[in-house]
Amino acid sequence: MKALRFRRNLPRYAAARLAGSLTPGRGATVGPLELVDLDPPAEPGPDWVRVRPRLSGICGSDLATVDGRSARYFEPLVSFPFVPGHEVVGDLDDDQRVVLEPVLGCASRNITPACAACADGRLGNCEHTTFGDLSPGIQTGSCHDTGGGWATAFHAHPSQLHPVPDGLSDEAAVMVEPTACGVHAAFTARVPDDGVVAVLGAGTLGLVTIAALRAHTTPRTIVATARYPDQRRLADELGADLVVAPDEIRRAVRRAAGTRAIGGNGQGPKGDVDRLTGGADTVIDCVGSSSSLTDALAIARPGGRIVLLGMPAVVELELTPLWHRELELVGSYTYGTEALPDGSTARTFDLAFDLVTRADLGRLVTATYPLARYREALQHAASAGSRGAVKVAFDLRDERERNAR
Amino acid sequence: MTNGRHPAPRPGFVLDVDRNTPPILFHHGPGFRLEKLPAGRSRVIYPAEPLEGLPDPEAAIRHALLNPLGDSAPLPALLRPGMKLTIAFDDISLPLPPMRRPDIRQRVIEAVLDLAADAGVDDVHLIAALAIHRRMTEDELRHAVGDRVYDAFAPKGLLYNLDAEDPDGMVILGETPHGEDVHFCRRAAESDLVVYVNINLVSMDGGHKSTATGLAGYTGLRHHHNVHTLRNSKSLMDRKNSALHASNWRMGSVIRDAGVKIFQIETTVNNDTFGREGPLALLQKREWEWTGRDRAQFLAMRAGLDVLPSNTRRKIFDTWQAPYQMTSVQAGEVEAVHEVTTDNVYAQQLVPVEGQTDVLTMGLPYICPYNVNSIMNPILVMCLGLGYFFNLYRGRPLVREGGVLVMSHPTPWEFHPVHHPSYIDFFEQVLADTTDPVEIERRYEKQFAEDEWYIHLYRTSYAYHGVHPFYMWYWGSHALEHLGRVIIVGGDPAAVRRLGFQPASTLSDALEMASDVVGPQPTITHMKNPPLLMADVT
Repeated sequence: MKALRFRRNLPRYAAARLAGSLTPGRGATVGPLELVDLDPPAEPGPDWVRVRPRLSGICGSDLATVDGRSARYFEPLVSFPFVPGHEVVGDLDDDQRVVLEPVLGCASRNITPACAACADGRLGNCEHTTFGDLSPGIQTGSCHDTGGGWATAFHAHPSQLHPVPDGLSDEAAVMVEPTACGVHAAFTARVPDDGVVAVLGAGTLGLVTIAALRAHTTPRTIVATARYPDQRRLADELGADLVVAPDEIRRAVRRAAGTRAIGGNGQGPKGDVDRLTGGADTVIDCVGSSSSLTDALAIARPGGRIVLLGMPAVVELELTPLWHRELELVGSYTYGTEALPDGSTARTFDLAFDLVTRADLGRLVTATYPLARYREALQHAASAGSRGAVKVAFDLRDERERNAR
Repeated sequence: MTNGRHPAPRPGFVLDVDRNTPPILFHHGPGFRLEKLPAGRSRVIYPAEPLEGLPDPEAAIRHALLNPLGDSAPLPALLRPGMKLTIAFDDISLPLPPMRRPDIRQRVIEAVLDLAADAGVDDVHLIAALAIHRRMTEDELRHAVGDRVYDAFAPKGLLYNLDAEDPDGMVILGETPHGEDVHFCRRAAESDLVVYVNINLVSMDGGHKSTATGLAGYTGLRHHHNVHTLRNSKSLMDRKNSALHASNWRMGSVIRDAGVKIFQIETTVNNDTFGREGPLALLQKREWEWTGRDRAQFLAMRAGLDVLPSNTRRKIFDTWQAPYQMTSVQAGEVEAVHEVTTDNVYAQQLVPVEGQTDVLTMGLPYICPYNVNSIMNPILVMCLGLGYFFNLYRGRPLVREGGVLVMSHPTPWEFHPVHHPSYIDFFEQVLADTTDPVEIERRYEKQFAEDEWYIHLYRTSYAYHGVHPFYMWYWGSHALEHLGRVIIVGGDPAAVRRLGFQPASTLSDALEMASDVVGPQPTITHMKNPPLLMADVT
């Protein structure tokens, strides 16, 4: 089978880090990622099934890996070499189309009894991601044993698979996984009715989060940042009330929240907006950088909640406002089970399937590439916004190795 | 009246451009451009040369106070011990640029205070009638009223800026037959006499607008500072054809009927903006009369400015004070006074012009009424060009309906955060959404006008009111409706586009772009302003 494989290779990793810092996505050219022909992997367990990807998305965490920007935090949580790719719609051997829920929790690791988080349906919080029958790996796409979506085949545990309804396009289906992240963030945000919520970033995560907020919460105002015209348009279409450039967010939230501002750390001229006295009830940071987190701390109202959805690495941050304004800073990783307002619960993926359909999120897939052009694909994904794209994916439907029976 | 110090000033005139016409000087913010206009189809409107000032301003002021116009007693007869006297005066927006000391306001206020002292009046307040403009600083107030007046009144809290958002300091005097609330300064309303001290730089100023606008806040201003009124002010410089002024005049009647006694003192200045001598004198010379020394001086000045950072250039220009001279002073009943004042403004500024043009060009200078000691942000560029200069006409607009306006200005994406905080938001949010004045008014005005932070900054800092950028946009709404296209030469392209206009690198590019709208070989008229002129278009 054909696959993009990521090996542990420190010199190449360093080269990727350097190249990626100069040109985002350039790590694919010089780094540890390579296109290889592999023997099909052994099934990790008796229940496992083969999945032949149709579309496999490229996400921000993948790009961080390719460009050598991933946090060292992940080192014990992955197993080398691995095949990336966790946003997948594919076919089973019986031609059933499925979407992958990539988290490798207790069920897929054959661990009984399951940890408290898995037992509670919170797969993303699984306590056993380095244990059980599988090598370490928090998701398919970072575990050596399972393979990943950037290949013509990989293995999945039945607990990870969701049938795709007839009529749902592959483009829509491949958006289910990132959409589930946005749905989970929307629930994690605990947006008060009639509140003000700010969404920082209008890449894939930002856009699906806006759609999820509009679908599952009732804020008075959603303010979003977008760097590029197409992002701005999509954020607006998906439900943001106000879309501004990133450097305009403090003033925009001030207006939306009807609060006052403090300029120049109190020393500067009145009229500057350094931080707000009140602010947004909830901020969802879909970027995860020092800059975006600093913005989040500046615009969240006292007692407000900041949800970190974008994957950070090492960031430098002034945390005094977190302390002084008694802010909550919570992470939002993947998905699991959500508590609905009527007291019932639902799988995040089920909600995501519904949202993808209702909000037509398949339109966010704006470019696809064959595996052989992976360098172009990754560079395109790394500069998606400026090139008018949102989600870039590998299209494996015509790969010869995939279709050979 | 003339004192014979200078040759008789030449009137304004219209030059037809031919092949021998030298390049024309265009103002370009804190800088200049020399532009060659197409021969055979271009013309340049030059302002009149400065009229002579009154030879003895103090005597003229005293004469006006003792010999009022209209149905008014002389000022001394209106003053008595125990009365409440309020002297309101025009704010930092007049004149432009600020004039050299002594400011006319100082001369007039000192004369009024002398008479008040003679009459034993001891309850006197002096109020900068700034409506929703930014507050004046101590330095600016000292410049306007003089140190003697400032030191006598300000420390006791008797000289201050109007606070039109002080709920205890403002009253509603009534309603006009058109349902317009007349919002007014309480101290003025409760005074036995309001003396208003005006500097009438352009024909829009003065009259009932001095008090009905200058001593009002948003509650009152919204009735005439709106798109409908300003689209029906053709022009807002022509009082008798201005819906803006009609509204102010209606409010003036309500003020009078409410028992507020106003003694109006209006003054006019000549257009000696840059001096007959000195470093900027050539800016008011006609180009073919430049000497070799003028040309060398211009080239040196332009080269020097070109290498300076923009804020340094701005600061250099901010230090310039115009050697304006007072050409008239009249006092008494508001309407009678204003008729004479308007005639005196026209005597200096009105230039007869035959027929409209396809393309109107203007060089916008570094200053407008709302960026004194501040930054000319893009919204103010729009307002100066489309609000003020476009409206400097009587009869018909200089440019035909569907024609093109070409303005030269650097239009930096830059704002003064202290003076113009709501402008930043207006630019970032409102103009990013729409440039249609009607939509802007409908969807955004109330939010900005009632924004607590803007109100706080207006009252306690030096910020224009939150609604002020809206009024700047409405000021240009007649022009926006009239014009087929607006092009800015040499501006920041992103800022120009945000305004809804088209950027051009050079004047010839702009004229080529204009021909897309008005056809090939269009007629072109350049309004050479400042020094100020007003076109009387037949």
